[in-house]
Amino acid sequence: MRARIWGCRGSLPAPGPENHRYGGNTSCIQVTEGDTCLILDAGSGIMRLGRFLGPDVKEVHILLTHLHIDHTMGLGFFQPLYNPNVKVHLWGPTAGQESLLHRLRRYFSPPLFPVKMSELPQHPEVHELGDEELTIGNIKIRSQFICHPGPTLGYRLTANQKTIAYLPDHEVLLGSSDFPNDPEWTSGFDLANGADILFHDGAYTSKEYVGKMGWGHSSIRDAVLFGKMCKVKKLSIFHHEPTRTDDQIDLLYKEALRDGNFQFQVEMCAEGNVYEM
Amino acid sequence: MPAQPLELILARQFGDSLSLPMFLVDPDGNLLFYNEPAESIFGLKFNETGGMRLEEWATIFKPTDHAGNPLAPDHLPLVKTLSSKLPANGEFYVDSLIGVRTLISVSTFPIMGKTKRFLGAMAIFLKSQEL
Repeated sequence: MRARIWGCRGSLPAPGPENHRYGGNTSCIQVTEGDTCLILDAGSGIMRLGRFLGPDVKEVHILLTHLHIDHTMGLGFFQPLYNPNVKVHLWGPTAGQESLLHRLRRYFSPPLFPVKMSELPQHPEVHELGDEELTIGNIKIRSQFICHPGPTLGYRLTANQKTIAYLPDHEVLLGSSDFPNDPEWTSGFDLANGADILFHDGAYTSKEYVGKMGWGHSSIRDAVLFGKMCKVKKLSIFHHEPTRTDDQIDLLYKEALRDGNFQFQVEMCAEGNVYEM
Repeated sequence: MPAQPLELILARQFGDSLSLPMFLVDPDGNLLFYNEPAESIFGLKFNETGGMRLEEWATIFKPTDHAGNPLAPDHLPLVKTLSSKLPANGEFYVDSLIGVRTLISVSTFPIMGKTKRFLGAMAIFLKSQEL
């Protein structure tokens, strides 16, 4: 299984020379295993991914964690959607009342976007997910609702006994009782438990989190504690604040590791990173 | 042990932040959580007991009528909610393990997940009178 990061910024794209190393595109990870191509979220990073997809790719599955704009803003610029020879599947959280298709159509309509879904050469196939398991090609997928405003899923992908957990927007402290001592009562635990790599929200410093509780994101410290509780092999901190420069992210990384005697690797995720498992 | 669904985790968090006594049960009636104010109704502490199976907590929590006669289970709001998946209300007396008899009002409601999955029920109590 191979994972490539096309965007790991949170909330808003943040291009600029001061963000060159960690990148400015919002959430998007490409996961490939043999002929299977999955894309986790359709943030602004998916535009560039679309340009680099090989001509042999005939089917793409996009797994959306939720419909906040930083996770969907790239959809309309994803070139394979305009190629009649490519079948695109869109997977995302069910909301109980309004269908996922209707909610996605809001994005594909004026004034947000000029092209309607019905005008695409091949209408994407839309699939709703809740807490469930499915298999796409060679990859086994588990989806589960996690703590973030609005219906939001986290994903666990497994192939060849290697596991990727993806919880880019997750307020773990609010979704847990007695954190980090009670896995049974912690949102997202089953998804991340024992993962080879966990991509997890670490938008804030601990000090910032105090003023932003309930906004749906975690502090770097809580992300590290969650990784420790889940006994992951590697934690890649995701959803960097758009105002954060490379140098500031480096500083946060040093601070996060200062007290650490971790049994696992911790890194700040960067656009362009590739993980082979 | 697998983690609980998000809806139950958040329900517990909500209950844990209330000053009103609250119980949280799974679809089979097993007690998943009771908050600190509910500890005085039970006479037990959640930190010491943890969750309890239905058979276990039914021997501790014994609702009665005014005359002290045990109430049939199907007269209890929580049992009604678990069987009908609808909200229910009621009033009864309980004797805690420490011998305090209390008149309590109870409101119960089902916890239905986004996919209409029935995950359990929450009961919120109001202590009307301690006798």
